[in-house]
Amino acid sequence: MEKGTDTVKRGLAEMLKGGVIMDVTNVEHARIAEEAGAVAVMALERVPADIRASGGVARMADPAVIEGIMEAVTIPVMAKCRIGHFVEAQVLEAMGVDYIDESEVLTPADESYHVDKHRFRVPFVCGAINLGEALRRLGEGAAMLRTKGEAGTGNVVEAVRHMRAITGEVRRLATLPDEELMSAAKELRAPYEEVVEVARAGKLPVVNFSAGGIATPADAALMMQLGADGVFVGSGIFKSEEPAVRARAIVRATTHFEDPELIAEVSSGLGEAMRGLEISEISKENLIQFRGW
Amino acid sequence: MSEHLAMIEECGARGVEVKRPSGLDGVHGLIIPGGESTTIGKLIDEYKFESALLELGASGVPVFGTCAGLIVMAARVEGRHGPGLRLADVGVRRNAFGRQVDSFEEDIVVRGIEDEGRPFRAVFIRAPVIEEAGAGVEVMARFGEGVVMAREDNYLLSAFHPELTGDGRIHDYFLRMVRESIGGIGTRRSIKRDSEV
Repeated sequence: MEKGTDTVKRGLAEMLKGGVIMDVTNVEHARIAEEAGAVAVMALERVPADIRASGGVARMADPAVIEGIMEAVTIPVMAKCRIGHFVEAQVLEAMGVDYIDESEVLTPADESYHVDKHRFRVPFVCGAINLGEALRRLGEGAAMLRTKGEAGTGNVVEAVRHMRAITGEVRRLATLPDEELMSAAKELRAPYEEVVEVARAGKLPVVNFSAGGIATPADAALMMQLGADGVFVGSGIFKSEEPAVRARAIVRATTHFEDPELIAEVSSGLGEAMRGLEISEISKENLIQFRGW
Repeated sequence: MSEHLAMIEECGARGVEVKRPSGLDGVHGLIIPGGESTTIGKLIDEYKFESALLELGASGVPVFGTCAGLIVMAARVEGRHGPGLRLADVGVRRNAFGRQVDSFEEDIVVRGIEDEGRPFRAVFIRAPVIEEAGAGVEVMARFGEGVVMAREDNYLLSAFHPELTGDGRIHDYFLRMVRESIGGIGTRRSIKRDSEV
């Protein structure tokens, strides 16, 4: 019996494809998410919009909260650790969470190095804004990717930018002859082996979700049409007027992302979406997407 | 699910995604894939798949449930669970091997597939197990105390994910069931559809 293999780690993410993973901070929200049809929940202390608003250091959630959520729902439970904080990751693994998000949304614990994810049996998902970053994370052992977007803004523009960047770079790599791949790896600052794998396959070797700024059913469907395998929704649900209704609508729009009539139907009368932030009004040092190395 | 589709095409049949009950019209076989059984159960309710799926099964069309698909098809499910289809006469336990950190791969022997003496690399992800089975159920593979693959007439059940390995023997086996059910063994191109319910 072999545990913690790449196939097993990447395989769970495969099972989540086409679905919505929702940020939750307590048992009640986790139940709403499960009831709405989420394929997994992400347990954290505060949703990104609140982290952005209140500042301070954002850390791994209280284990008691995570445990409560694990007991309350039957869908997989993911939890976030800080970038480079391998002890938070060890704690989450010991608790038996199903996936760890080494996340830029929390305050980084290490400004040079990420967690060596190969050393863990639990799989990791990591964020990326471009292909180079995505492949560096795969080199460290991530089993699932997500584009970062700009968390807690309710503004989908960065999610779009990052998804287009990655899919565009994958397409470009696929056209290169072998002798150009080493230079491509150098430009991307990515491990050569990962570059070769992507170039040969013409696609990423793991599932890639979209995250950071998705607030409406149409946002979710937009990301799916741009090539996302699924979506993470954080503040967009529980910072809106009617979380349960919106959660369900986003799930339906994600399943039927190519059906505008259905998206119109589920988008009707949802109440107010989260207010949202204009990216240019956020100072560069307050942009979360540039955390990660 | 896209892995199932790729495997089906590799085995020489055509596969399509089914996202609504109307998509089931005219299919010669159906795979209910892995995923989260809780989520799949909700989607079956939401899109009113239940009666169409029950009809399809009763009409003799082969249905293959893998992992969560097995749970959805089982007559009896231990622990908390929403309404299932109760198609196959088996009792299953969800997450029988534990959470994701305990997910694993193992070589197992699957009876009835081509070259059955050669082990099949089975990938178990938060997998269920078949704890008990009715008299009409044929056990195809065991792991430890439990049954991990079985067949009952036109229903094929596996606790693991045959689509995640490069080995197409189980999909081949299922397509044989499909070809037998439509009569023209090997002569007709079977349209095999895959469900995302």
